Amino acid sequence: MPAAVSFQHVSRHFGQVKAVDDVSLDIAEGEFFAMLGPSGSGKTTCLRLIAGFEQPTSGHIEIFGETAEGLPPYKRNVNTVFQDYALFPHMTVGENVAYGLMIKGVARAEREAKALEALAMVKLKGFDQRRPSQLSGGQRQRVALARALVNQPKVLLLDEPLGALDLKLREQMQEELKALQKQLGITFVFVTHDQGEALSMANRVAIFNDGKIVQAGSPADVYERPCSRFVADFVGSSNVLPPDFAAAHGGTHAWTSLRPEKIRIAAAGETRGHGQFAASGRVTSVQYQGAITRVAIDVNGTRIAAALPAGVADIQEGQALSLAWAADSLVAMEPA
Amino acid sequence: MRSEPGATLPLKAAAVGGLLFLHIPLALIILYAFTTEEKSFQFPPPGLTLHWFSVAWFDRPDIWGPLGLSVQVAVLATLIALVLGTLAAAALWRATFFGKDSLSLLFILPIALPGIITGIALRSAFDIMSIPFSTWTIVLGHATFCIVVVYNNALARFRRLSGSMIEASMDLGANGPQTFRHVILPQIASALLAGGMLAFALSFDEVIVTTFTAGQQATLPIWMLNELIRPRQRPVTNVVALIVIAVTFLPILAAYYLTREGEHTGGSGK
Amino acid sequence: MSAAVANSSRGGLSDFFYRNSGLLTLALLLPPLLWIGVVYLGSLFALLLQSFYSLDEFSGLVVHEFTLSTYEQLFTATNLTIILRTAVMAALVTVASAIVAFPIAYYAARYARGGWKALFYIAVMMPLWSSYLVKVYAWKLILAKEGIVTWVADKLHLGWLLDALLSVPVIGGASLSFSYIGTFIVFLYIWLPYMILPTQAALERVPKNFIEASADLGASPRQTFRTVILPLAMPGVIAGSIFTFSLTLGDYIIPQIVGNSRPFIGTTVYALQGTAGDIPLAAAFTVVPVVIMGIYLMIARRLGAFDAL
Repeated sequence: MPAAVSFQHVSRHFGQVKAVDDVSLDIAEGEFFAMLGPSGSGKTTCLRLIAGFEQPTSGHIEIFGETAEGLPPYKRNVNTVFQDYALFPHMTVGENVAYGLMIKGVARAEREAKALEALAMVKLKGFDQRRPSQLSGGQRQRVALARALVNQPKVLLLDEPLGALDLKLREQMQEELKALQKQLGITFVFVTHDQGEALSMANRVAIFNDGKIVQAGSPADVYERPCSRFVADFVGSSNVLPPDFAAAHGGTHAWTSLRPEKIRIAAAGETRGHGQFAASGRVTSVQYQGAITRVAIDVNGTRIAAALPAGVADIQEGQALSLAWAADSLVAMEPA
Repeated sequence: MRSEPGATLPLKAAAVGGLLFLHIPLALIILYAFTTEEKSFQFPPPGLTLHWFSVAWFDRPDIWGPLGLSVQVAVLATLIALVLGTLAAAALWRATFFGKDSLSLLFILPIALPGIITGIALRSAFDIMSIPFSTWTIVLGHATFCIVVVYNNALARFRRLSGSMIEASMDLGANGPQTFRHVILPQIASALLAGGMLAFALSFDEVIVTTFTAGQQATLPIWMLNELIRPRQRPVTNVVALIVIAVTFLPILAAYYLTREGEHTGGSGK
Repeated sequence: MSAAVANSSRGGLSDFFYRNSGLLTLALLLPPLLWIGVVYLGSLFALLLQSFYSLDEFSGLVVHEFTLSTYEQLFTATNLTIILRTAVMAALVTVASAIVAFPIAYYAARYARGGWKALFYIAVMMPLWSSYLVKVYAWKLILAKEGIVTWVADKLHLGWLLDALLSVPVIGGASLSFSYIGTFIVFLYIWLPYMILPTQAALERVPKNFIEASADLGASPRQTFRTVILPLAMPGVIAGSIFTFSLTLGDYIIPQIVGNSRPFIGTTVYALQGTAGDIPLAAAFTVVPVVIMGIYLMIARRLGAFDAL
């Protein structure tokens, strides 16, 4: 069983710029795969390489076992939901959705029926006669989704699909996308710079930086065991402890990640024992955030931030505070 | 603080005065088509009549030949300009290469340099290559300066197309020609129509280049030039001028309405 | 394996161009480029070549040998006068059209809204695109001795003023349609829209908050106009002047129809290539406006006028 998408040492250079630099990766059939990274990290270029809008400078790409490099986008059974949706303004919503079928030569009656079906699937029944300009952002997003899905692609690519939507709508769409993917069983590959979105939707996440994949794995893997300071910083917020501090507080002599929510307030007089370690310092900031309160203390120049459940204690800036954590919460990372 | 005071009276007067200056002469052309005075430009006209319209229609067969030739030339020049101007705009729209700006300048050159240079240059080229004058020699010249009109209109519209729209079409299975036919063409069609109409209007009343490329043939403007230099039945000339105004006015108005949603593109040079 | 990668036998050429987008650009560009290159630049080159030939005075035939003698002829006193006369006229027309155009452009850009704006735009476009010859003809009948100008002057009892104006040496004449004043007015009229449109375009690009900022910083409207609006409008005015200057330099019809029949560059070229058959000298004459415009364009480019075209 070949992978849905397979990259083997793929690079894409634009002049001197290495947008994608020797990337190898396999996406299994039926996976909901996220490419996460800051802008300019190469994730979008990777997506465009799968779609066929870009061709690799070197390396080999396979889609379901067939060589993809050299094939134009219109010869790939892969469809894309664009960041700006790219709906055709001169066509109705129904014509937009039926476009791919029309190009394939599907008879009018059949493609219209299929378009209506696809629109119903994304909850836009009755919108087929409207123009894209008459729709809201969220509705356009759904049309773009229906337009891609109606072609029954083997792989659906989504480029920052929720970037233009407001928070409420975004959360709703996240759930719907997930449900759709489960229902259809199509491989979804989506690009995002929003770590929360990647963690909540994907089965597997690849984190990009400087044209390379720095870590790939399940959301829990990536979050719990960041392999580098970049990942620890980029995926959620994390305390990055210097080697000396880590070694003295339950870890090894390496740069070490400690998630704020793994930290609790130490019991009175607690120092260490039973795999627990504590450190004391002055409180430098307190941020009330509703469900949690973020507290940072300064331990001889090392800043440690904790996310404490609301109401555990009344903490003031400037007071002394001891924080504690379990040794197995410390994750040693590569120095980079 | 008033950041935007209303227009002052002198400004209003100057603006309105300027517009009157532009339009009164055209109004007079129309008025003189109805005058009863044939030999001079007496103002006010001693009387008004429709007589000259029937004279132009029935008694002046010399008008029909030039009118037909002008229409024929304008249609051919417009078609050539449509194809070449659209190709140029499509090529230069997204391409980035060294010398691109110079290329744009090259397309503008035929209207930025005085028409007499284009005219005499074409004529000497025809001479050197022993090409006899024909409808096609006129068309050749007209198409050359009409390209830029179509080019400007098409380019402005191309720039408003989102690039991802073309990718979306290809993503959905359409190859180059299919994408052009279903996605690009419908969206640039009105701009092309506008460009074509302006090109038609431009070609229809062009005289400066035409004198050099027409030989013994007469387009309508050449006929009119001859009437200006050696007048006979002056009001008939006005009747023809009236027709020319009408023939050019309608496409200009149509072109305006076809492009008005975007920036005003038609006027970036004639 | 199923058709994960859809097979299609169609679109071989399309695939080729997809993989070679540079070649696609070239393929698209080639026809228009060939046209302009061969027809237009080729002809200009032929013209330039002609200017290095000479006319045999006895046979009246063109001698196809390289010589600079034609250019020597260009610098005789008579011809220099023609060039100077044309350049002065072009400069005057350009300055005058900038002055007349500015209020129209300013009003249309800053104050006209909605329907009025459309009306203004069409009101400028109409004369721009309507027949050149019809417009010239209109002035022939306006400026004629028995025409509307004389009539209005008489009605206002200003006939004496018109007569005084026409009796001024050099610019006067038998009637307006046989004087430099007439030629000047017609040039101004014909090329005015070419000045209005780029000026208006430049003015529309002046952001409103610039003006507000200037007022906010304590500038009077007059100061704002002089220090903010005028400098920002200049590229537009210069772009317009490219057209007014160049078109006046090369025109040969207006001076024939309205004027005192003293030759301009255009009329001279026309006469030389027509009745005199002296193509080499005509060609050399056309090089003059090209050179003047070349210098002018270089200066204009430096002043940033191309952005306003």
